[in-house]
Amino acid sequence: MQRVEVLIGKFGGFLVRSFETSGGVFLLLADTLRSLFRYRIRWDQLLEQMYFIGIRSQVVVLTTGAFTGAVFAAQVWFQFKRFGMESAIGPTVSIAMCRELGPVLACLLLAGRVGAAMAAELSSMKITEQVDALRALGVYPTEYLIVPRFLALVISAPVLTALALVTGIGVGYFVAVQIFGVDGAYYWDNTIKYTDRKDVMIALIKSFIFAIIIASISCYKGMNCPPGTAGVGKTTTEAVVNASLALLICNFFLTVLLNSVLYSN
Amino acid sequence: MLELKDIRKKLGGQEVLRGVNLRVAPAEKVVVIGRSGCGKSVMLRHIMGLLQPDGGEVFFEGKKLTGLGEEAWNPYRRKIGMLFQGAALFDSLSVFENLAFPLREEGETNEKVLRDKVAESLKIVSLAGTEQKMPAELSGGMKKRVALARAVIRRPDLMLYDEPTTGLDPVVGDSINRLILHLGKMFGMASIVVTHDMTSARMVGDRIAYLHEGKIYFQGTPEQIDRCEDPLVRDFVRGHASGMDVIG
Repeated sequence: MQRVEVLIGKFGGFLVRSFETSGGVFLLLADTLRSLFRYRIRWDQLLEQMYFIGIRSQVVVLTTGAFTGAVFAAQVWFQFKRFGMESAIGPTVSIAMCRELGPVLACLLLAGRVGAAMAAELSSMKITEQVDALRALGVYPTEYLIVPRFLALVISAPVLTALALVTGIGVGYFVAVQIFGVDGAYYWDNTIKYTDRKDVMIALIKSFIFAIIIASISCYKGMNCPPGTAGVGKTTTEAVVNASLALLICNFFLTVLLNSVLYSN
Repeated sequence: MLELKDIRKKLGGQEVLRGVNLRVAPAEKVVVIGRSGCGKSVMLRHIMGLLQPDGGEVFFEGKKLTGLGEEAWNPYRRKIGMLFQGAALFDSLSVFENLAFPLREEGETNEKVLRDKVAESLKIVSLAGTEQKMPAELSGGMKKRVALARAVIRRPDLMLYDEPTTGLDPVVGDSINRLILHLGKMFGMASIVVTHDMTSARMVGDRIAYLHEGKIYFQGTPEQIDRCEDPLVRDFVRGHASGMDVIG
């Protein structure tokens, strides 16, 4: 009986902490949006963050896109050739890349690379009193630290996702046509015929929302780091794990919502 | 100039400040001493608005600051400088950019003015020519001096020093103490120095306040505190461990 009480207590504690964190993330997001319109944009900070997030993440995201397209094309070819449906490989790869694989995998990679960096940098600044120093110098930390990171990620993520899509579809074409000998003309013609503008829109909308999730969770975790160097490691891990889980859960709801809105008729 | 009235604060369920009352006159140098964890730094953070009290009021130049929102504090923060215990230099910025930062935030865009002011401030702390160095390339004492130069570059009316000599060797500590005195004289600014270094306290303080169990337990001139026969104050001033504090 006592064990059950302990378990219930632990579960209750977990629920309270989860609600507290979610509330904190939403409050930070609201504060970020308010600061975005209230203060001037710090272009130097924004460009620096865009360079780090947008340019420096290209190799990782392009590699992910390329090999996801390649492996998906190969898997689809192995299955479809049994039914003589090789000409459907192109649209299948293209639609899967646009609707799910492109935005989800590119943003998971961004959560790992950029989210971790954001949480680690902000938490280091927090424990070394640099955030307090900013406040002491009369600068609002959300405006100086969070807004440039938030904006840079929200702008960069859809662009990187678009690059991942192009690479994935291109490499999928190469694998299917050059390696497995699928007819290139059919492949390309069907890809264009069955891939809708709405599929690309889904990819871009998803990556935009995932970027908001990654930036909000990582910045919240960084700004609420417990004291000590152990806190930085814990914060960074939590930021990546929480952002990745939130992204995957949100993806399901977004899929349902976007499909019902964009394909309602 | 500054008045703390009955400041109370709980942190992590523990009552750290239990009614602190303190007044600081213009150009006065007040040293707050006390044992580790007695709430000295927490008190300083209330003056800067980095923490909000659970009870009590902070007045600066006659204006009540308690209850102001984060952004409403900023005009007052520009009149108060703070030297943090770990210097808190922005480690992604060079020494020049660290010092120019408060000036740029005030809207100064003329690079020549910025260069001149930064050079002047670095000269005051005897670090002329270090503009291009990064904080990681500086020693602990140099970091504190750069942080001090940054804190005073806007010529605040009140300077707060959080453990300015902690972690420094006695010679560098002495140079920081002299710098605190020099800056006070040069710019006529009031200062509050939080420390548990009695050498530093005697050297820089016009008045010394002993913080104990979240309250100002005793205050007086350095001579008065040295003559004080209260066992708590006497043990701290002379550095004697007694009762529960004796190990072994």
